[in-house]
Amino acid sequence: MSVRTLPLLFLNLGGEMLYILDQRLRAQNIPGDKARKVLNDIISTMFNRKFMEELFKPQELYSKKALRTVYDRLAHASIMRLNQASMDKLYDLMTMAFKYQVLLCPRPKDVLLVTFNHLDAIKGFIQDSPTILHQVDETFQQLTETYGGLSAGEFQLIRQTLLIFFQDLHIRVSIFLKDKVQNSNGRFVLPVSGPLPWGTKVPGLIRTFNNKGEEVRKAEFKHGGSYVAAPKEGSFELYGDRVLKLGTNMYSVNRPVETHMSGASENLAAQTQESIAPNPLAKEELNLLARLIGGMEIKKPSGPEPGFRLNLFTTDEEEEQAALTRPEELSYEVINIQAAQDQQTNEELARIMGEFEILDQPRRSASKGDDLLAMMDEL
Amino acid sequence: MFRRERSIPLRGSAAALCNNLSVLQLPVRNLTHFGVVHGPSAQLLSAAPEGVPLAQRQLQAKEGAGVSPPLITQVHWCVLPFRVLLVLTSHRGIQMYESDGSVMVYWHALDAGDASLVQAVFARGIAASGHFICVGMWSGRVLVFDIPAKGSNIVLSEELAGHQTPVTDIATEPAQGQLDCKPLENRDCIADVVTADDSGLLCVWRSGPEFKLLTRIPGFGVPCPSVQLWQGTIAAGYGNGQVRLYEASTGTLHVQIDAHARAICALDLAPELLSAAEDTFVHIWKLSRSPEGGYVEVEHCHGECVPDTQVCGARFCDPSGSSFAVTGYDLAEILRFSSM
Repeated sequence: MSVRTLPLLFLNLGGEMLYILDQRLRAQNIPGDKARKVLNDIISTMFNRKFMEELFKPQELYSKKALRTVYDRLAHASIMRLNQASMDKLYDLMTMAFKYQVLLCPRPKDVLLVTFNHLDAIKGFIQDSPTILHQVDETFQQLTETYGGLSAGEFQLIRQTLLIFFQDLHIRVSIFLKDKVQNSNGRFVLPVSGPLPWGTKVPGLIRTFNNKGEEVRKAEFKHGGSYVAAPKEGSFELYGDRVLKLGTNMYSVNRPVETHMSGASENLAAQTQESIAPNPLAKEELNLLARLIGGMEIKKPSGPEPGFRLNLFTTDEEEEQAALTRPEELSYEVINIQAAQDQQTNEELARIMGEFEILDQPRRSASKGDDLLAMMDEL
Repeated sequence: MFRRERSIPLRGSAAALCNNLSVLQLPVRNLTHFGVVHGPSAQLLSAAPEGVPLAQRQLQAKEGAGVSPPLITQVHWCVLPFRVLLVLTSHRGIQMYESDGSVMVYWHALDAGDASLVQAVFARGIAASGHFICVGMWSGRVLVFDIPAKGSNIVLSEELAGHQTPVTDIATEPAQGQLDCKPLENRDCIADVVTADDSGLLCVWRSGPEFKLLTRIPGFGVPCPSVQLWQGTIAAGYGNGQVRLYEASTGTLHVQIDAHARAICALDLAPELLSAAEDTFVHIWKLSRSPEGGYVEVEHCHGECVPDTQVCGARFCDPSGSSFAVTGYDLAEILRFSSM
């Protein structure tokens, strides 16, 4: 599929993550300066130049597992800690939100406007930090350079690539259910009314021409929907009215956000079959992943600044309960890269891997390759 | 009026591709075959008239170099004079099987060649014309394979250069259609192959030992994901929801329909026209020839909304067009409709 999809996927998911974290920080009454520090640290890590360089290289999309590892790292880029259950819920919300946005984009190209909406909001979080603001603006520039000249066909391929990534995810999100944008079976509502994509005419007209190109007949038909032409095209400039609301912060109003796990995922057979099938190329993906994360300059929590734990649920008991009842098929096992026995790792990789938390006991086995693959089997 | 019939369950949901449903009608055996792409695999299944599934098989894209398993772009049955082959295109190459998918008879690996680092490499667009099978490529080239009456001695006969952007779909004149055609004076001008691409350009060809480009119909800034050809009329569906009908031999535009609110993803033609789009609608149109000028005219027959479903494939299931099937993104079933 398209090899230009990763930046869009990463930035939009990252944007959703920040919306959710911002809402939870306020809901949990974390002191303003601490909350700001967390968001600043995460945003500064996300938009780090070296990281962006790696991200924008033409490459295929990572697997869901691999991508989840990146966000795990990102969420812990500051003094904040998240338990597994909260991290799972965070990732569920992020992915379902962006899936919704991609699906509802009127034109494939509008996914760029969704990305700009996220960046505009991110700039709002870091208004007091000119350095980070500059980083975000540079990323904006890079987005314009990479995507500004793409054709409608290339955007269609990007859209298809994103939808294939999100295929079969039907987690029910309570804020979506309440707003009636998602059905109780987990599928999103596709409205048959409202503004049309920029460049599409209101359906209903049949025009007939003769051999000379003159219109000889005009007829109407009932198309079944209730559409209106788009008022104007959204702006692709650094500043401008995006027109599209997709990608703006839907958590501005302080509402608790729950996800429902039961009965959410249909086609579990197909889904789990793909995730447990041994992937002989896992090592290559892990290397790419390590290189990507290597670009993230994670600051170690320093000095007297005490860390704190953020809870995506309303109470600690709820969080514990969620961890216990999460269906097996929906568990996102984070990739643990075991560096201890690696003899071929270069210095850079070793440094990065050293920062990963090793959650499982190291397994004794003959070769590094086996170790990595064995660990993948456990996922 | 159409009514919903019993759906056929799929092992895996349909991928968000265009033209993601192939139907092979076998009226003699009272069977219909369906082919749907899930992602790295495609599912074939056969069903009895009431939609009762009888047998199913999954085919995988042949592996190759790369980080992730290759994705299939399209699956399509090609009806040739002496045999039927099932063709599968992916990001690695072209796989051809016997019609039930049991045996692979041919594999053609894609040559990434001069693709730049940012270009996706894939094959897409499959159609049979006489004893040839045409397959489109990311580069715009169309490969023409010469298929023997039996066996696996399939040969790449020609590489057509007509497009500069990735091919989306290929349509050919069905063999039976030509018998009902008005006799044309010059055999050389019978257009029987149409190729479409991401820029909306259509190329019209005459097939043969050497294909001849007859005319080009330029695009207008949107992709043409789906195209059909029948009795000298080209039906093209576009990314802005429009359906246009052209005279194949001259490329003259005869009908322009503002048919859908989102990109069109599939068309079928015989004898009615079926259009399906990401706006959740499927429309059926009646085609006729005007008495005065003999050019094609269109009338809307029926519209069906498939609620909350981004349709990705649609086909008629019988030669009279009295039943059709639909696939949708994320949907693990084939929806069926038949006229009352």
